[in-house]
Amino acid sequence: MAKKEIRMPKLGESVTEGTINHWFVKVGDHVDEYDPLADVMTDKVNAEIPSSFTGTIQELIAEEGETVEVDGLIGYIDVEADEAEVSREESPAAQDESEKIVDNSAKTSPSQQSRPTNKGQKNKTRYSPAVMNLANEHNLDLTNINGTGAGGRITRKDVEKYLSGHFSRNLDTPKDPEPEIPAPSDLKPGDKEIPLTGVRKVIADNMVRSSNEIPHAWMTVEVDVTDLVRYRDKIKDSFKEREGFSITYFAFFVEAVTRALKEYPQLNCVWKEDKIVQRNDVNMSIAVAKDEELFVPVIKNAEEKSIQGIAKSINHLAMNARVGHLKPEDMTGGTFTLNNTGTFGSVSSMGIINHPQVAILQVESIVKRPVIINDMFAARDIVNLSLSLDHRVLDGLICGRFLTRVKEILEGMNEDTLQI
Amino acid sequence: MDRSESVMTENRHEKLGLTDEDVLAIYRDMLLTRRLDERMWLLNRSGKINFVVSGQGQEAAQIGAGFALEKGTDYLAPYYRDMGLMLNFGMSAKEIMLHGFAKAEDPNSGGRQMPGHYGYRAKNIITGSSPVTTQVPHAVGFALAAKLKKQAFVTLATLGDGSTNQGDFHEGLNFAGVHQLPVITFVQNNKYAISVPLDKQVASRNIAVRAESYGMPGVQVDGNDPLAVYEAVRNAKERAINGEGPSLIEAVTDRLTAHSSDDNDKLYRTEEEINEMKENDCVHTFAAYLTDLGILTKEKSEAMDKEIKQEINEATKYAEAAPLPDPATLMDYVYEPKGVE
Amino acid sequence: MAETTYIQAITQAMQEELKKDENVFVLGEDVGAKGGVFRATDGLFDEFGTDRVIDTPLTESAIAGVGIGAAMYGMRPVAEMQFVDFILPAVNQIVSEAAKIRYRSNNDWHCPITIRAPYGGGVSGALYHSQSLEAMFSNQPGLKIVMPSSPYDAKGLLKAAIRDNDPVLFLEHKRAYRFLKEEIPEEEYVLPIGEAAVKREGSDVTVITYGLNVHLAEQAAENLAKEDIDVHLLDLRTVYPLDQSAIIQAASKTGKVLLVTEDNKEGSVIGEVAAIIAEHCLFELDAPVERLAGPDVPAMPYAANLEKEFMVDETKIEQAIRSLALF
Repeated sequence: MAKKEIRMPKLGESVTEGTINHWFVKVGDHVDEYDPLADVMTDKVNAEIPSSFTGTIQELIAEEGETVEVDGLIGYIDVEADEAEVSREESPAAQDESEKIVDNSAKTSPSQQSRPTNKGQKNKTRYSPAVMNLANEHNLDLTNINGTGAGGRITRKDVEKYLSGHFSRNLDTPKDPEPEIPAPSDLKPGDKEIPLTGVRKVIADNMVRSSNEIPHAWMTVEVDVTDLVRYRDKIKDSFKEREGFSITYFAFFVEAVTRALKEYPQLNCVWKEDKIVQRNDVNMSIAVAKDEELFVPVIKNAEEKSIQGIAKSINHLAMNARVGHLKPEDMTGGTFTLNNTGTFGSVSSMGIINHPQVAILQVESIVKRPVIINDMFAARDIVNLSLSLDHRVLDGLICGRFLTRVKEILEGMNEDTLQI
Repeated sequence: MDRSESVMTENRHEKLGLTDEDVLAIYRDMLLTRRLDERMWLLNRSGKINFVVSGQGQEAAQIGAGFALEKGTDYLAPYYRDMGLMLNFGMSAKEIMLHGFAKAEDPNSGGRQMPGHYGYRAKNIITGSSPVTTQVPHAVGFALAAKLKKQAFVTLATLGDGSTNQGDFHEGLNFAGVHQLPVITFVQNNKYAISVPLDKQVASRNIAVRAESYGMPGVQVDGNDPLAVYEAVRNAKERAINGEGPSLIEAVTDRLTAHSSDDNDKLYRTEEEINEMKENDCVHTFAAYLTDLGILTKEKSEAMDKEIKQEINEATKYAEAAPLPDPATLMDYVYEPKGVE
Repeated sequence: MAETTYIQAITQAMQEELKKDENVFVLGEDVGAKGGVFRATDGLFDEFGTDRVIDTPLTESAIAGVGIGAAMYGMRPVAEMQFVDFILPAVNQIVSEAAKIRYRSNNDWHCPITIRAPYGGGVSGALYHSQSLEAMFSNQPGLKIVMPSSPYDAKGLLKAAIRDNDPVLFLEHKRAYRFLKEEIPEEEYVLPIGEAAVKREGSDVTVITYGLNVHLAEQAAENLAKEDIDVHLLDLRTVYPLDQSAIIQAASKTGKVLLVTEDNKEGSVIGEVAAIIAEHCLFELDAPVERLAGPDVPAMPYAANLEKEFMVDETKIEQAIRSLALF
């Protein structure tokens, strides 16, 4: 005797389940092959399902009224020995399957081994248009890059990895020892290999993506911040004493830009391939420089913060950046970026938009410049604000208005209007 | 009425020149067809074969027609209910089972076509498809070849009543009529095209009358009587071979089952209608005819039943265990293999 | 030696095959005493009689279907569709039957039918006497589609189609019938189906096309040679199944590829050619693959100026090549 399964047959081309209307048999009944076992109802037909074996019903699993998926187990039958040979699951077929699986694994493992070693390098210099494009954009010598594609071909990913590796080249020894990406393998004796940490990988990935994807356009305005400088000079010592950290000009710029963004939400957007999402919250990404690195943490809900609050956030994020405590989530969710390029002494620069944002504003150095006011020369504190915009989303008109508004707000900041 | 009490059953087959052995052979083919078809349904309901489209109730029409044709000479352009004609033309129960199970050895298609899609060149059975009535112009093409090559054979195209509305029916018959070709169009009118009854399918008073438009005789016969069908097909064949052109035959039959294993005919037919058909079941009525004439005795009948059951059991067992087509053959025979004629 | 027109070459091919093989016969509307509406079967009725050159009823599905039946029996029918525009009632027979007979019967049956049909515009044929319908049939494995570009090819390829043991759709550009003529060999020749032909070797731009446009591209190439633009020209000849290696070779030759068809652009045969190039020639390409095709309107309008606007011509091809050369 052998125990065999009784399963729900597929009754009809598109049928996926059947309901047991009525069992014609009970446990212990003897049935011949093709004797009816049950009446089954489906969407398409009602049918008596016959036994596939001669034997004794051992167990009925599905109850009357129960709906069972096609091929679902509905009972067991004890089958006489010779009948058991012709079973539902044809064993030769099953064997074939398992052999195939073995075959496959035998075939795949050598090829998996061969991939990383890249014994053939015949495609090493076959550059795809995408790779050529990246190489041109970043001025790369492709012969320095290791190709992981078929025949040693350099893939677009290889170039992207190489670029992100480049970013990390000058980093300090990271606190987090986990390597995220295999190091570039074009090392020469004496070269130092520095793995990428989570935070740095976020920076790198965003940068590469941004410069690949976004059609950038630029515009710059000149802003007279003489009054602001005067005010800030006046309060800075007392502020430091009171709060324990310095109030920088940058906090005022964040405030001004945040207010302007609330009026021009078109710039407070993220790009989502098939649509553009205008964000209600202003999450200001700020570029924080440290040695030769650039971190871009985010001041969440800048529109809800006072200038003091903003200054506090900046200070907090900058501190964390410097001690390597920024987490990836500190760097995500930004809706607009303000980059304090002035700290490098720059007076004009073109920022790379922080994907998926649609614009970035560079705050350049505040410089004393002779300006003609009422036909007379005056020494004024002037700052250039340089905006990079995603030309898929934005155009000059709206960005011009936005910059004009930022300029208005900043030029209106003085002793009378500010209360810190 | 108790058959033993019947006064006189007229011997009709002698008049047609058929011997007692002939009519027993007709009956055996009919019975084998029926039993094989029933087994197909059981296998479908056990989940072993995916699809059945059957000709239960049409055995008399099919075997009667097949018996009038010459095997190895005449050609057949069948449709999907023609299991009886297949058996009559020399396809074995085992080969039909291999087809049902879609196994590599299936001579019809090597497991490529659904059950009921026949074709077997060595048996003069022309390959068919699922879009109905395309076989009618093909049969006319065979008949055209017979005429051009001066070969004395006839081609029988079979189809259902619904198919007589298709363009290919009218285009094919008209072509055959214009060129006076040796082709017989054999309609098995089971009164339904899936669920739509004849009166919603055909506007003419019957199907046979459609022949008039195409310059050929059209006859309607009792499709439940294999002898009547035999006679009609034999006459049509004689005309064809004598160069008198094509014929249309309408055999009025019943479809005892649903359209296919995927159909529930209770949705469009009443229980009474189905019961009435079963009273007239051609396998039973022809058995009665043979019994009345003393040709089919109880012993003969039991022996035949046993033999057929064994044949079908063996066919089922063989086909179930037979190998499926090798997946490596998927791309074979899209075109003629290179380097072979 | 006298020049042979494209249509004469077709008649000659049928005449020779009718003579050579008694299983060959011709059927279609008006192919008998009249010799065809374009006179492609001119003289055949007189030479071979009513049994071998058969006037059929006006019935495209039966012309195909009866031909398919006869072909399965072992005949070699050459069925004529009067215009490819009228082939549509026969699509079920061609696609469901002819194309699938060998496959569905696991090689038990086959269907050596040739279906000829005139296609193409530029003859004031308007919507229903100008179409290019090859794309409709060009994803039907089992079927071959041949579209010859010259009298020489038309003859050699039609003979090959008639002798082929699988169904062949043989599409003849109706403007080419009397417009194209050339000297062709008197001795018998047959050309291979499934092979494209390099019509001109060049190094600047590759043009891949078929049918009448091959001739127009040749003219354009000659004009451009004066500007030192060196055109490589590939004639597909068989548009299904495509000669992939010839396409890859031709595209790789120059890296700049212009694909030309008279058919509506979207979904046309040359889209598939572009896909083959995209799959195989990434590293050889020096410019985006360009397509020059009919506009995506349902069919060719009747008014002469609209027809001209629709049609691809020598000048349009020349301009497209030039701009690729300058890319």
